[in-house]
Amino acid sequence: MDKIPILKLGPFLLVTIQVDMHDRLAMILQEELTDRIVTDHARGVLIDISSLDIVDSFIGRMLSNIAGMARVLDAETVVVGMQPSVAITLVELGLSLPGIRTALNVDRGMDLLKASLVEEEAVRGQDD
Amino acid sequence: MDKTIELPLRAQDDVVAVRQAVRSQAVSIGLSLVDQTKLVTAASELARNTVIHGGGGTATLEVIQESSKRGIRLTFEDRGPGIRDIELALKDGFTTGNGLDLGRGGARRLTSSFSIESTQGVGTKIVITQWAKQ
Repeated sequence: MDKIPILKLGPFLLVTIQVDMHDRLAMILQEELTDRIVTDHARGVLIDISSLDIVDSFIGRMLSNIAGMARVLDAETVVVGMQPSVAITLVELGLSLPGIRTALNVDRGMDLLKASLVEEEAVRGQDD
Repeated sequence: MDKTIELPLRAQDDVVAVRQAVRSQAVSIGLSLVDQTKLVTAASELARNTVIHGGGGTATLEVIQESSKRGIRLTFEDRGPGIRDIELALKDGFTTGNGLDLGRGGARRLTSSFSIESTQGVGTKIVITQWAKQ
């Protein structure tokens, strides 16, 4: 059985999808990520899809679900590394990945996550 | 040239196998990367529909030639319940299963041609074609 590793990097979780996922594997990843957000007290999730050569409606929905669940659990999600041909296909397919933040690569994605954490802490600091 | 492959579509893993077979045929006739991606994505949507809504079936992959044009024709067939209202089933967001479901409408937008035949109680047959740009 394939498994997609979830790495912890400070307050963030890092996932690189490198296999052609069948639907069940996508569901397993969704469940494991939400579990790990809670057990690791993660504040952000970075999903690298640079190895994915297609994103169909099922994978798109999985990414939207992860972002939605993470948000409810107080964590930000950034999807990085989408191939240009995948982006073109997604738009023509009619998928807009609602609620998902994207960045060009892992570096920029990490910057986004860090920035949103700093911003949020500043807001919380004011409240106290 | 007239290589035809028929693959079973019974379970989710078969969808992955169809995606990979379509990709390798698309590469072999020289489809552009964007057209490959569109065709594989459309195949993925239709293959999943065949498994989930059609209760399983087959995918047939053919390399076709028309004068100097080469293309790939994919046929998805099932013996499921059939589709009552095809126009409705082609609309985005229409789903009876577990999808978005941009499947059929999306597949139609992503490929050069799309045709669907469905008879209630008999099954559904969807054919899509993608031509290589000259």
